[in-house]
Amino acid sequence: MPETVFSKPQALRDVTTHYCPGCTHGTIHRLIAEVLDELGVRERTVGVAPVGCSVLAYNYFETDFHEASHGRAPAVATGIKRARPDLVVFAYQGDGDLASIGTAEIVHCANRGEKVTVVFVNNAIYGMTGGQMAPTTMPGQVATTCPLGRDVDLSGHPIRVSEMLSTLRTPAFVARTSVHTPLLSVNTKEMLRQAFTYQVEGRCFSLVEILSTCPTNWGIPPAEATEWLEKNMLPYYPLGVFKTPESGSRESMPLER
Amino acid sequence: MTKKLMKGSEAIGEAAVQAGCHLFFGYPITPQNEIPEYMSMRLPQVGGTFVQAESEVAASNMLYGAAGSGERVMTSSSSPGVSLMAEAISYLAGAELPVVIVNIMRAGPGLGGILPSQNDYLQSTKGMAHGDFRLLVLAPWSVQEAADLVQDAFDLADYYRNPVLILGDGLIGQMMEPVEFAEGREPIKELPPKDWAATGNDGSKPRSVINSLFLDPEELERHNYHLKEKYDRMERDEVRFETSGLDADYDLLVVAYGTVARVCSTAIEELADRGVKVGMVRPVSLFPYPYRAVREAARKAKAVLVVELSMGQMIEDVRLAIEGSKPLHFLNRTGGMLVSPDEVVDKIQAISEGSSQEVVHA
Amino acid sequence: MQNDVIMAGFGGQGILLIGKILAYAGMHEGKEVSWLPSYGPEMRGGTANCTVVISDRPVGSPVIRSPRAVVAMNLPSLDKFEPDVRPGGLLLINSSLINRKAARDDLTVIEFPANQIANELGNRRGANMVALGVYLGATEAVSLEEVVEVVRETFAAKPGVIEINITALHRGHEIGAACAVGV
Ligand SMILES: Cc1ncc(C[n+]2csc(CCOP(=O)(O)OP(=O)(O)O)c2C)c(N)n1
Ligand code: SF4
Ligand SMILES: [Mg+2]
Repeated sequence: MPETVFSKPQALRDVTTHYCPGCTHGTIHRLIAEVLDELGVRERTVGVAPVGCSVLAYNYFETDFHEASHGRAPAVATGIKRARPDLVVFAYQGDGDLASIGTAEIVHCANRGEKVTVVFVNNAIYGMTGGQMAPTTMPGQVATTCPLGRDVDLSGHPIRVSEMLSTLRTPAFVARTSVHTPLLSVNTKEMLRQAFTYQVEGRCFSLVEILSTCPTNWGIPPAEATEWLEKNMLPYYPLGVFKTPESGSRESMPLER
Repeated sequence: MTKKLMKGSEAIGEAAVQAGCHLFFGYPITPQNEIPEYMSMRLPQVGGTFVQAESEVAASNMLYGAAGSGERVMTSSSSPGVSLMAEAISYLAGAELPVVIVNIMRAGPGLGGILPSQNDYLQSTKGMAHGDFRLLVLAPWSVQEAADLVQDAFDLADYYRNPVLILGDGLIGQMMEPVEFAEGREPIKELPPKDWAATGNDGSKPRSVINSLFLDPEELERHNYHLKEKYDRMERDEVRFETSGLDADYDLLVVAYGTVARVCSTAIEELADRGVKVGMVRPVSLFPYPYRAVREAARKAKAVLVVELSMGQMIEDVRLAIEGSKPLHFLNRTGGMLVSPDEVVDKIQAISEGSSQEVVHA
Repeated sequence: MQNDVIMAGFGGQGILLIGKILAYAGMHEGKEVSWLPSYGPEMRGGTANCTVVISDRPVGSPVIRSPRAVVAMNLPSLDKFEPDVRPGGLLLINSSLINRKAARDDLTVIEFPANQIANELGNRRGANMVALGVYLGATEAVSLEEVVEVVRETFAAKPGVIEINITALHRGHEIGAACAVGV
């Protein structure tokens, strides 16, 4: 009998995605699916899809799903988890979705320490709507609503979500990684495994920020997009684990009398 | 000035700039991204300011701040985004702030789709948000009319101190047509100075407080009557509509607004070639609604047909207008599907042959 | 008198552009025009189309369900729009990328190898201009001179491509004029 050494994860449906050539949303989907399979939690997982290019994620995972309104996935995930703590709940969000319109929801979801996992795909652009500036767009980067490049005097600096969330006192697992090289994809899978494991063990909120390419709206071919990410995003968005539950605290600070 | 071929979205942006709007706050959403994109390019050229807000909630409140400072200001969005602005729009109406809001409607409910629709008619004209308030709502059917109405909208907003909504559909936003901007355009109203704006106070005039809070019920009641008095004046003075074929005899009256009315006009021309006579009323202001025009036009007709890209929203106002005096028929597509001239022709023929079902209400 | 046409092909073939050029030229001739692009989910699939209406009178519906003419630059476009052409209408088929004949026999059909012609003219990206030329030759919707003017304006920033695009237009126009139908 020949031995199968590579196959589609069970948690991924056998369909063609709508993602553009060279887009890393697909890679990220696969890594999540592998982790769900390996942790054996697929049957009790419920995903939350955002509004963004991954709006159709519910078509690609072999799990139950909710489709949230723009930016509100962490609130929907909270509702699911509070209703059914036995479920494994993950939200999949883009940078416009999470770091612009949905900033309130992600901050408060993390701060309450909801035991859900958020996969945050940072491609420094609004992909779905055709390349407008995102809160994560790099200074000088051209987008359709900053035709002369992002001007930090007018739009501020790109938001570093992982760093920002790790300032919260509530225990959490927060990490940033990337999938633009095979080695980093392996690392991303490991980060996702840890994030989901923390949830399965009922320990804390977890978020994995993943740097991603958008060749279509960056206006460059896929191979160059990888280089662009490496040259421009990596220095500003360092990879690593920013917070583990051990470094946070659920203890309340004593009140002064 | 010479004609330029422009996308509806760009013409809307340019019209605002020409009307002296130098502030735009918005958030991307299909199918109107070209409006903020145009403004991000254009406003810096005239010393204006474009801000991409973090959300429609924020954009609409930036509008509140800028309008309360006495400036001409606009935002644009599409259906789901307008729903997020609804709270601020109620506050804008309560605080009597003049702003222009553009809704390029897409199909709903929920996330729905991104293709053209007219499914926000009731939201726009009757139920935008909490409280007793109305928006002045204008619905263009061409790119030129969109540009003209946007310019008028700024004058009307300032005159009534009330938000004005431009209600278009995805076609208006996306299509290109020739547009002309009149040079030296005069305001369509005599506009008083904005002495109510909160711009700092040296004691020479009463302090300005931009506010919609009235804890004293008597005072709030008075405020609501004051608002109602404005809406009554709008109903008296601002009704806009166009008619076609009403001078001659006609068997059927069509009522449609926006780009759908253009589809109907093509169908009506085709029918005229075959000797079928049809009149049309096209509401341009949706609030105030041209009830009288529809009622009077219906008198000569044997039946009335409403055509809409929704499950039936404007038809409620047509019912109010004709008060059961004539059989009412309805043709619609939704979900982003469009009505074609052929469908209108077929429907009208079915009505004349007696094979179209009347809309009956219990 | 009204001319209307749906032009359709792959994204990147310059379909929307030739539609705009046509509309511009119509406007310059004093006609009423509208140009409506497809937008929506199909864009992701890589196809693009636009509807252009050129009329002596104000344009009624900018949406044309049964166009007087269709320019199909690739097979999916032919499959999608051939059934919609008005009986007796015009169907232009880019035979460089479409390996089937028209299925209908009630239309004037012009097949032309747009990509091959463009390549022969040393203008690999000029297939769209060839197609526009064929359409103009067959319909006289607007004058070739006016379109040439608009091409000059459109490419003003890239003077190097003006003449080769005009040549492609002319080449297409000859093909179209040979089968002129006046629809
Ligand atoms: C309330 C609301 N506002 C705006 C939109 C339009 N919209 C859809 S996706 C999107 C941005 C998506 O960008 P991002 O989250 O970065 O995801 P990406 O497409 O880049 O993966 C926006 C603004 C919407 N659907 N709803
Ligand atoms: S637009 Fe960008 S983010 Fe969206 S699918 Fe294409 S490459 Fe991916
Ligand atoms: Mg993004």
